[in-house]
Amino acid sequence: MIPEFGQFALALAFTIALVLGILPLVGAVRGDSAWMSLARPAAQGQLVFVAIAFGCLTYAFVTNDFTVAYVANNSNSKLPLVYRIAGVWGGHEGSLLLWMLMLSLWMVAVTVFSRYLPEEMVARVLGVMGLVSVGFLAFMLFTSNPFDRLLPAPPDGRDLNPLLQDPGMVLHPPMLYMGYVGFSVAFAFAIAALISGRLDAAWARWSRPWTTVAWAFLTLGIALGSAWAYYELGWGGWWFWDPVENSSFMPWLIGTALIHSLAVTEKRGSFRSWTVLLAIFTFAFSLLGTFLVRSGVLTSVHAFASDPRRGIFILGFLALVIGGSLALFAWRTSRVGLGGSFDLVSRESMLLTNNVLLAVACGSVMLGTLYPLVLEVLGLGKISVGSPYFDTVFVPLMAPALFLMGVGPIARWKKASLPELAVRLRWAFAVSLAAALLLPFTLGSWKPLVSFGLMLALWIVAASAVSLRDRVRHAATGGNAWRRLTGTSRTFYGMVLAHVGMAVFVVGVTLVKGYESEKDVRMETGDTVEIGGYTFRFDGVAQVAGPNYKAARATMQVTKNGKSVVTLYPEKRIYAVQPNPMTEAAIDPGFTRDLYVALGDELNPTTWVVRVHHKPFVSWIWGGWLLMALGGLLAASDRRYRVAARGRREEQYAAAARGPQTVPASVKANA
Amino acid sequence: MGRAFVLAFLLLLAAAAWGREAAPAAENPQLEQRMMALAAELRCLVCQNQSIADSNADLAKDLRQQIREKLAQGQSEGDIIDYLVARYGDFVLYRPPFKLTTLALWLGPLILLVAGLIALFYRLARRRAAAEVELSEAERARAALLLGSPDEVDQR
Repeated sequence: MIPEFGQFALALAFTIALVLGILPLVGAVRGDSAWMSLARPAAQGQLVFVAIAFGCLTYAFVTNDFTVAYVANNSNSKLPLVYRIAGVWGGHEGSLLLWMLMLSLWMVAVTVFSRYLPEEMVARVLGVMGLVSVGFLAFMLFTSNPFDRLLPAPPDGRDLNPLLQDPGMVLHPPMLYMGYVGFSVAFAFAIAALISGRLDAAWARWSRPWTTVAWAFLTLGIALGSAWAYYELGWGGWWFWDPVENSSFMPWLIGTALIHSLAVTEKRGSFRSWTVLLAIFTFAFSLLGTFLVRSGVLTSVHAFASDPRRGIFILGFLALVIGGSLALFAWRTSRVGLGGSFDLVSRESMLLTNNVLLAVACGSVMLGTLYPLVLEVLGLGKISVGSPYFDTVFVPLMAPALFLMGVGPIARWKKASLPELAVRLRWAFAVSLAAALLLPFTLGSWKPLVSFGLMLALWIVAASAVSLRDRVRHAATGGNAWRRLTGTSRTFYGMVLAHVGMAVFVVGVTLVKGYESEKDVRMETGDTVEIGGYTFRFDGVAQVAGPNYKAARATMQVTKNGKSVVTLYPEKRIYAVQPNPMTEAAIDPGFTRDLYVALGDELNPTTWVVRVHHKPFVSWIWGGWLLMALGGLLAASDRRYRVAARGRREEQYAAAARGPQTVPASVKANA
Repeated sequence: MGRAFVLAFLLLLAAAAWGREAAPAAENPQLEQRMMALAAELRCLVCQNQSIADSNADLAKDLRQQIREKLAQGQSEGDIIDYLVARYGDFVLYRPPFKLTTLALWLGPLILLVAGLIALFYRLARRRAAAEVELSEAERARAALLLGSPDEVDQR
């Protein structure tokens, strides 16, 4: 009964989304405020019913209702409760329901935080998001219904993939989807602005905090996914350039370009059409990511071709969203002014160059991800594109972008002078160069690539320090140092924090690539192995039983210079239902190094193959991403997004909305 | 004599308590390193998306052993790659070969970059040629009104 209830709620949500996707948009065109005012209650109603559907599916998982096909395929009565709940998004249908729940949450957030926006704008933004909801709800109802029954019910479920039975599964997908779906707000604002024909600084300011928050969530989601792969997959890598990873990385790259472009549009009124294009493409890449991961096209082109309903639906939806948006863009963009002018050397031009680099990086990732699919579909053979390709292509694109990250924030808007920049940055440059040349000696051997990576990271930090000093020195508030510090905006601090986060990430990648070491050894009880100055002693293997698995658990005593450091317990697990052996690595994380032990094959009852890794500074990789996400959240919490919202009045907007020629006289006088 | 015996005994005891240095899993660690470097660039054909170095599948273990043997026989990395491509096709390579069908793959990023930068500088140059936009004053006034704080809009 409960699953039918969920199904019904989903159908109701679909109906509400249809209403939301049509009436407020039409109302905004006709100036009908009654129709426009439907937007908020409809969005809230949609959330209520999607949440009910989500609750029903969760209930089916918690109560082990294996008459529901999706539950039977992704759960098991022995599965611990927390993974039964996380199992809701462990497969295709439930992931879509989570996607929808997130989208509805973002929509209600728009209704809550847009109280001071013009009614017309709110109606259009929510209407566009309603149309997106229609697409996804239709997709679920017609091709991927999570509530389909399976009768007669199997005695027990086929269990959640053991790889997914991990705390990472509880956190990573919701974070990632918050980011993916959050870009729909930026998209909706862009489309609303295109429809109204008014792409201006105000539009940029409204959509900026939304975009930044979505970006921060996506950043966190990617970092969590990477950390999860690192400890769960058992061979110590943290990024595999897997198509599924690439699907989340593409929107991140283009979204990063978007938040920078939005900053320029807000502050200087420039780049408008480019910013709109980026907003469209960021969301398009989120959809593409969903398509790639969810249609099954990545696993096998043939499997996809044999049951193409889902894939064709998403492909059609994707074509409609991108095609429609671009048509609207082409139609409307001629009306968009150029905005403030700027010189060839200026902060604007540097941000644009960085935008180009990020867009090209995103394009390259897409090329590498889709190329094998295209070749295969065309019958030109099967190829694989993996990390050797991406490393070759990606690093040369990102190095200049990292360099510009240092210069951009120092350069003046509108017109900067190269000699002046050189003077202001010479110390930052000298310090980072000298430190980068010398530091590798303290870490072991000197390696050119390590020096180069450290140089870029230190350059970002040093240049950020210079920009912080200048900013505080020239703070508008005046007064003593403290007042100047507190008077500087959170957007600025957020930027510095995020840039430093990028530097931290680069340090982590550089040092782990340069100095990591591993040993593959066969160990009998009492044997030791030494790596990175640490001695690991193998104290044998015991059999332990988990709730739904059996494990061989080794005990490893780690010492350094005779002093005990930590005891690690790497495991090899066999799950009851899906009996592939799973490696549970044991990790001792640290600020300057991780110790990572994975259990290999059993050679005989007392001898095991053990792989030990020493990974210097690997946690800086995720630390850097965390700082970036925090920087984004800090920037989005800036005072002016709230203050400006409060000071705005709708009548004034309505008056101004008729175009630049009809700005009221009072305003002209003001200006 | 007695003392030396006690010392030897103590050393032995310490060694027993402390254990001996574990043997590398591979017989020839240097060869193993070469094998793993090569295996990391090869795809395990029966896995979802794992390299032969990372996978625990039987096929991957088998191929690792084959690579080991061939390296031990003195074959070069290139020989082994040729052998594997002849057997499994280009699909086995994570670094796609540079040939006609992969031309766009390898040159694509470079072309994108050059095209992007040319488009950028062309537009910037054209933009500078276009007169300074006067209408931005009115627009700025409107933006100032909408944002409720005229001073902020002008802030650099």
